[in-house]
Amino acid sequence: MQSVLSIAVDALAYGMVLFVISIGLSMTMGLMRVVNLAHGAFAMVGGYLASYAVRDLGLGYVAGVVLAVAGTVVIAAPIERLLYRRIYNKAELIQVLMTIGITFCVIGIANYVFGPTLKTIPLPEVLSGPVDLGFRSIAAHKLFAIVCGLAVAVALWYLVERTPFGVKLRASVDNAPMAAALGVRTKSVYAASFAIAVGLAAFGGIVGAELLPIEPYYALRYMVTFLVVVSVGGAGSIGGALLACLVLGAVDTTGRYLVPEYGEFFFYLAVIVIVCVFPRGLLGRA
Amino acid sequence: MNANHPASVTGQVVKPRFSASADWIGLAVILAASVVGNLLFPNNLALLTRVIGIVMLVLSVDLVTGFCGVATLGHAALFGAGAYAAGIAAAHFGISDPFAMIAAGAVGGAVAGLISGLVVLRSHGLGQLVLSIAIVNLFHEAANKATSWTGGSDGLTDIAPSPLFGVFGFDLWGRTAYVLGIALLVIVFFLLQRLSRSPFGMLCRGIRQDPIRVAAMGASVKKTLLKMYIISGAVAGVGGGLNAISTQVVGLDSLSFTLSAQALVMLVLGGTGSLYGAIIGTVVFMLFEDFVSAANPFHWLTIMGALLVAVVLFAPRGIFGTSAQLFDQWRRR
Repeated sequence: MQSVLSIAVDALAYGMVLFVISIGLSMTMGLMRVVNLAHGAFAMVGGYLASYAVRDLGLGYVAGVVLAVAGTVVIAAPIERLLYRRIYNKAELIQVLMTIGITFCVIGIANYVFGPTLKTIPLPEVLSGPVDLGFRSIAAHKLFAIVCGLAVAVALWYLVERTPFGVKLRASVDNAPMAAALGVRTKSVYAASFAIAVGLAAFGGIVGAELLPIEPYYALRYMVTFLVVVSVGGAGSIGGALLACLVLGAVDTTGRYLVPEYGEFFFYLAVIVIVCVFPRGLLGRA
Repeated sequence: MNANHPASVTGQVVKPRFSASADWIGLAVILAASVVGNLLFPNNLALLTRVIGIVMLVLSVDLVTGFCGVATLGHAALFGAGAYAAGIAAAHFGISDPFAMIAAGAVGGAVAGLISGLVVLRSHGLGQLVLSIAIVNLFHEAANKATSWTGGSDGLTDIAPSPLFGVFGFDLWGRTAYVLGIALLVIVFFLLQRLSRSPFGMLCRGIRQDPIRVAAMGASVKKTLLKMYIISGAVAGVGGGLNAISTQVVGLDSLSFTLSAQALVMLVLGGTGSLYGAIIGTVVFMLFEDFVSAANPFHWLTIMGALLVAVVLFAPRGIFGTSAQLFDQWRRR
């Protein structure tokens, strides 16, 4: 019973970290139709900046997180303007290659600037200890990751479904020329949603740094996982991404606990089965 | 693949630019280049043999991506399956004749091609990419787990190919392996040229440009693509088998996502949809990599990333496609 509970908590925390990072990718892929393989690179940049701010500059955790997310968005904005804008509406192969190229560059530069070692983000006292839930205690940072995931899901759903910006975003996605004719600045909308996606990636990279440690190959190592989550959930669907993260997080964590010698075998087997049964993802739009 | 879009790399109309006599020129150039390679790197024939093995992998990617328009990030599964098939044949079944090992590699690759084709072709676009990645990772984990057959993360050793024709042994200098590789490359290249000009090859190009129309004309799109996947697997398997013979060890890295992504990068660097592009891209990429990463592996990543972005922005047809285009313009003047 104890082990079932600890697997469940770990799976939930892992799934939520995956969700916070992947939901940004799901947005870029589902709404803006860009296969952005550099998404993991932005999560990594967020983690590095947070580590630098909290550990080396001695800022508080909250200030460090805010600074890191903002910094990542600032770094990503010119990349969007110069590179991504040229590959919207291009074939997938082109998008894949361009974004892999960006990922390679980021890895090389991160290693040059920060070195090849693992970087940690020191947690504040509130998050570093265990939390007693009455029947058992769990690590506070895992609880924090779960809460962050839920908060992001709700906030994003509200943003897309209930705000004027969400209306403009959905209009630009469905029919960009028509939305532009009606006075929506589609380019700004795209830039803004790209910034949100990158910010979420950075935030997820920081929150999940305990589970997915920050090192130069982070961008490449977890890129596939994020891509898999999005395609399993269905690009552009918040609920789908949440469901996919919970399912895949559960499969992966259970596999690691019970049959660690198989590595990620069951994770990828589950992916193949799900994508074959649901070619558009669990909750993807047609 | 979004074949209808005018700006897509793979959507361009590729005319058979050269006549049949140019095929022989192409073969002659390969032979000449191999002699030059031998003279330039007499002490590094192992590298050149590895390049030939990877050329086969990239040709194999070209068959499905360049000709059929199926984007894949998991083609190392086919290459690695060939390498392991050849290695297991030698290490566990005592089949040490190099040609038999190559044949085992081709069969192993073709079977892996059949499996990945069956899975990957169930989906489209992003789903295809993800399925191909899942396949190569699944193969990787399976090979990692089946240690009694594959040696797991230590790699498969005890591969001792017997001398070629019973005369030419595979020695430390790798001369025999190099010559064998060149011979295999010439044969594969010749066959693939025939294939690309055959009705079947034309059908594949047709599918890339407009699958719905091909289906409306009465051809089975899925069956054709699956056939191409199997052929592609055999080609990659020959490359894997050659690699197993030349290095006498098969490691898990031959089944990795990284190798798959690199193969795609090499193909696009050279130019998709053309056999010459696949070869040029691989040779340039690997020699450049050997040169730069000897200095600093991380600078290599940065440079390769920048190169990739530059190719996508400024030369979307790759080295071969762009130079062929420039050459055409110059001749028309």
